[in-house]
Amino acid sequence: MSVTMETQIIKFYQTGSFAVGNRLLDESQRSVQANMRRSNSLNSGHRACQGCGEALGARYAIDAAMQATANQLIAVNATGCLEVFSTPYPETSWQLPWIHSLFGNAAAVATGVAAAMRVKGRQDVRVIAQGGDGGTTDIGFGCLSGMFERNDDVLYICYDNEGYMNTGVQRSSATPPAARTSTTAAVGKEPGNSFGQGKFVPAIAMAHEIPYVATASVAYLRDLEAKVHRAMGLRGARYLHIFVPCPLGWGAASEDTIRLARLVVETGLFPLFEAEHGEVTGRYHIRHRVPVEEYLKLQKRYAHLFGQRPAVETIARIQAIADRNIRRYGLLAEEA
Amino acid sequence: MFQARIHGRGGQGVVTGAEMLSIAAFLGGRYAQAVPSFGSERTGAPVVAFCRIDDHEIRLREPVMAPDALLIQDPTLLHQIDLFQGLRSDGYILINTNRSFEDLGLGEFVRDFRRERLCTVPATDLALRHVGRPVPNVPLLGGFAAISGVISLEAVIAAIRQKFTGKVAEGNAAAATAAYEMVLEAKQEAAHA
Amino acid sequence: MLKQTEGSHAVAEAVALCRPEVICAYPISPQTHIVEALGEMVKDGELARCEFVNVESEFAAMSVAIGASAAGARTYTATASQGLLFMAEAVYNAAGLGLPIVMTDANRAIGAPINIWNDHSDALSMRDSGWIQLFAETNQEALDLHILAFRLAEELSLPVMVCMDGFILTHAYERVDVPTQQQVDRFLPPYEPRQVLDPRAPVSIGAMVGPEAFSEVRYLAHAKQLQALERIPVLAGEFAAIFGRESGGLVHRYRTDDAETIVIAMGSVMGTIKDVVDEMRVSGVAIGALGICSYRPSPLAAIRDAVKGARRVVVVEKSLAVGLGGILATDVRMALSGLHLHGYTVIAGLGGRPILKSSLHALFGRAGRDELEHVTFLDLNWDVVNRVLERERTTRRSGSIAENVLRDVGVPTTPGV
Repeated sequence: MSVTMETQIIKFYQTGSFAVGNRLLDESQRSVQANMRRSNSLNSGHRACQGCGEALGARYAIDAAMQATANQLIAVNATGCLEVFSTPYPETSWQLPWIHSLFGNAAAVATGVAAAMRVKGRQDVRVIAQGGDGGTTDIGFGCLSGMFERNDDVLYICYDNEGYMNTGVQRSSATPPAARTSTTAAVGKEPGNSFGQGKFVPAIAMAHEIPYVATASVAYLRDLEAKVHRAMGLRGARYLHIFVPCPLGWGAASEDTIRLARLVVETGLFPLFEAEHGEVTGRYHIRHRVPVEEYLKLQKRYAHLFGQRPAVETIARIQAIADRNIRRYGLLAEEA
Repeated sequence: MFQARIHGRGGQGVVTGAEMLSIAAFLGGRYAQAVPSFGSERTGAPVVAFCRIDDHEIRLREPVMAPDALLIQDPTLLHQIDLFQGLRSDGYILINTNRSFEDLGLGEFVRDFRRERLCTVPATDLALRHVGRPVPNVPLLGGFAAISGVISLEAVIAAIRQKFTGKVAEGNAAAATAAYEMVLEAKQEAAHA
Repeated sequence: MLKQTEGSHAVAEAVALCRPEVICAYPISPQTHIVEALGEMVKDGELARCEFVNVESEFAAMSVAIGASAAGARTYTATASQGLLFMAEAVYNAAGLGLPIVMTDANRAIGAPINIWNDHSDALSMRDSGWIQLFAETNQEALDLHILAFRLAEELSLPVMVCMDGFILTHAYERVDVPTQQQVDRFLPPYEPRQVLDPRAPVSIGAMVGPEAFSEVRYLAHAKQLQALERIPVLAGEFAAIFGRESGGLVHRYRTDDAETIVIAMGSVMGTIKDVVDEMRVSGVAIGALGICSYRPSPLAAIRDAVKGARRVVVVEKSLAVGLGGILATDVRMALSGLHLHGYTVIAGLGGRPILKSSLHALFGRAGRDELEHVTFLDLNWDVVNRVLERERTTRRSGSIAENVLRDVGVPTTPGV
């Protein structure tokens, strides 16, 4: 006797983490974070805020790098939230050799570490420099560019939470337009940060023609890990720019960190892509495009754009930025 | 202690000249100190360099205020800068020129100097002929060796070989030798006159 | 081996003999010849097993040095003046982290006004950074001090700055005795770090230290420099035994034993001072000189010991504590505490102004008769100074001081200013 079973195709809306079904994957295909034996490079007990995107991003990135390098890794950290909350004297969260020197010199210190490894014939030991957007796009910019130009064998990771958070949420050159910070108050004719040209370091990194540049977001774990893995498989100067929400600085709910990190991508405000030697080699196609309001309204730093009299023009200008990114980086898939 | 001061313009090898003078003295077993007086590097600007020579360690660190010898690589400086400041009346004066002291307007000035310590050397011409470049420092040193005996020609040539290589070294050695012989001959002629 | 060579080159040879592993360099007058020579040596293979990194600023230079040293490499860099200030944050950082970096400071004045010539203001601006600071009198000593520096730095885990007068020493051709590799290897063993970044034994370096522990950490930095006070003479003795000459040490005494007047100075001016001392001695003047080699740590006891029998001390320094007087003089004063003698401060040689033997003769003569002011500015052109002050008294828009002085002194300045 034969039985015909009715089948139904069910679309799961995956959040990008393959959390559902990860255990169904072959071990080799699972995320580093799913591995019980991951290095947990940023161990628990650190003093980050609840919902800190940077703590998440750093753990994701360094664990992936440790796995890719069989734990032969040295990290150089700029001054900032990550450095401060991870090493409250006399404790440290770090499970790998780690040095903090100054605010603006992480890239240069990493260059020095890499040079030492080279001269000692220990090129199996790889070097990561990491810092926030302040330490990368502003005060550390000169050293970053120098490292790029020399093509030093360093992966620089920027955790971008769009402001100087550790010192009290001041504006950096990575702060997006209209965002409220303590130095760009939501008052006056143009409340919040002014509309400038922006300073998108991944594009500047590409202009240096370095071997690898990529952007990532903590909402897309597999993508982030894959990019770290790809980066560690290459030699020379590499740059990874990770979008990391800051609940405190942005006035967002601490449980919204992943949601914000996904919405910023799905609006087009933060393009996810890879580039090699100055040319884009791949991008993440937005699955379900979202208007920027959905992203902005979850953050009090944009609260002045909403309410009784929404700043329609300002929001439209922000939407235009998203539109430009979508066009510039080809973020929408071609219709089949 | 013997003190020399070399005047010229940037690009004429004034500093290298002083250095080679010090090397020549060193090779002759003596102590020597060569120091440039610096401004920002600029071709054509007046440049001075100093060289002290002695039989023991030279500790003094000041510009040469009372030179025993003046080597003037560029006569166009003559009436622009007080080149002769501090020069002792029994001092040596070597000028890179085809002209005479009189023609340069110095006849009156050197009247009370010791004639056998003054000489002109067509150093730029010699350099052009033997090296192919109008850098007069080396021939002037050859002339200085001849007129003062403070350094030997052999030492000058050894110094040249330390600073330069190949054809440039040989050319400079030939230029120095030519200048040396020229000055020696002029000196002997003056002695017989 | 005896050589007649430029001071910079002698230093480059000394550094090369010390088997450096990472050299990072950013150009600034008058240090450039040192790093150029080292760069060439690395490039043509003469200096093997060494990474030469061309950096984009002095701040980057010291930062690269920090990374390399923390990762266990013997590291060297060189700078001067503006460059030293530009890396100031990293200079303090290196000392605070206890990294045995060796750096040459080709002493040069600090602007504004911009000045490329020699004085000691640059090194002295970093006197409290925690670096050991040694001053060379001659190119031989400059060469020797670099070898001593690596040994001292690595022993104590402290960075060492070797100071040599820009142009006056760096660009002077002098006789030097360049040691053999064998001799240097006997004196300087391979670098054994106290702390190192190594995946085989991970550590975290550079954490924040709060009020509960900061004082202790800072005291330990001070204690290390006091240890250096003990070690410097011992190492100088070891150096003499291996290399056959006296070099380094805390101070150099010259005819001080029976001196009534003792002149204290640092660096190359000591040479001129010794000549003057000898000439004055011939005339029966009981004068001597004390050269400070170790500026930091400050050899208070050695200074005191040298001058305690004298009637007066004249500090001749190429530095100015603006609003106060002398920098070296103020340090020396600490050593003289309790002694009954006259102390005179002489500010000389700023921005490369030559210090003339004749001026020193006159100066020491007046000192001997106690006719000196408390603070003297040697060979200052008072006419020019007074003219500027008068102009400022009478006109608000008096213009740039530097331009005014240059015009008065007769140096061509930019037209229309």
